[in-house]
Amino acid sequence: MLIQLRFFAGVREALGTASESIDLPKHVVTVGDVRAFLCARGGLWAESLSAKKSLRMAYDQVMTDADTMIEEGGEVAFFPPVTGG
Amino acid sequence: MTVRIQQADFDLTTEVAQLRAGCPQVGAIVSFVGTVRDMNDGSPVSEMALEHYPGMTEKSIEAIIMQARSRWPIADALVIHRIGPLAPTAQIVLVAVAAAHRGEAFKACEYIMDYLKTQAPFWKKEQTPTGARWVDARSIDDAALEKWSGM
Repeated sequence: MLIQLRFFAGVREALGTASESIDLPKHVVTVGDVRAFLCARGGLWAESLSAKKSLRMAYDQVMTDADTMIEEGGEVAFFPPVTGG
Repeated sequence: MTVRIQQADFDLTTEVAQLRAGCPQVGAIVSFVGTVRDMNDGSPVSEMALEHYPGMTEKSIEAIIMQARSRWPIADALVIHRIGPLAPTAQIVLVAVAAAHRGEAFKACEYIMDYLKTQAPFWKKEQTPTGARWVDARSIDDAALEKWSGM
């Protein structure tokens, strides 16, 4: 399944990338699975997306939680708690 | 409803005039303007850079305004949020609400601002004498949402 990844703010800086197209294996079906799959890359990925970090996640540009199911062509984003206003 | 994300500055008087133009039923306008402080967490701040998530930002603020509309009978609402580098004293954000009476205008304006603070995907990075740092989210902003849960 092909999806789009987006990273913002401190996460984007730590990973050195703002976006990526990724073809996921069949067992990756939720936003939380995507996070775990990326952590398994190790190094900076494991560090920046670690489950211990209080990151926010969005699916198709709506704030969401780890249980949200993903679909072909979806957009998953990871970022720190927001600080606008 | 109007939501604008822009680098350019805004003029409060012009924006409020536009918001209430052609709305004779409006008897109250409440507006909030957020500005860049020259100090944060004990350090002088020389510049603030704002990053956002294009697309999601607009959608999330529109959703917040819709929620406010479902709670109070407001005539219209406007949110302008600036992005890019901003100097101390610069305007960052404008929330303006038009309604028939002041009660709902005050409440809706504060509600929109409280939710924007915790739901809209913006991130601030500030320049200090010891280097650049991302601003941490504050628990006081999450706590501000609690006052709306019982209403």
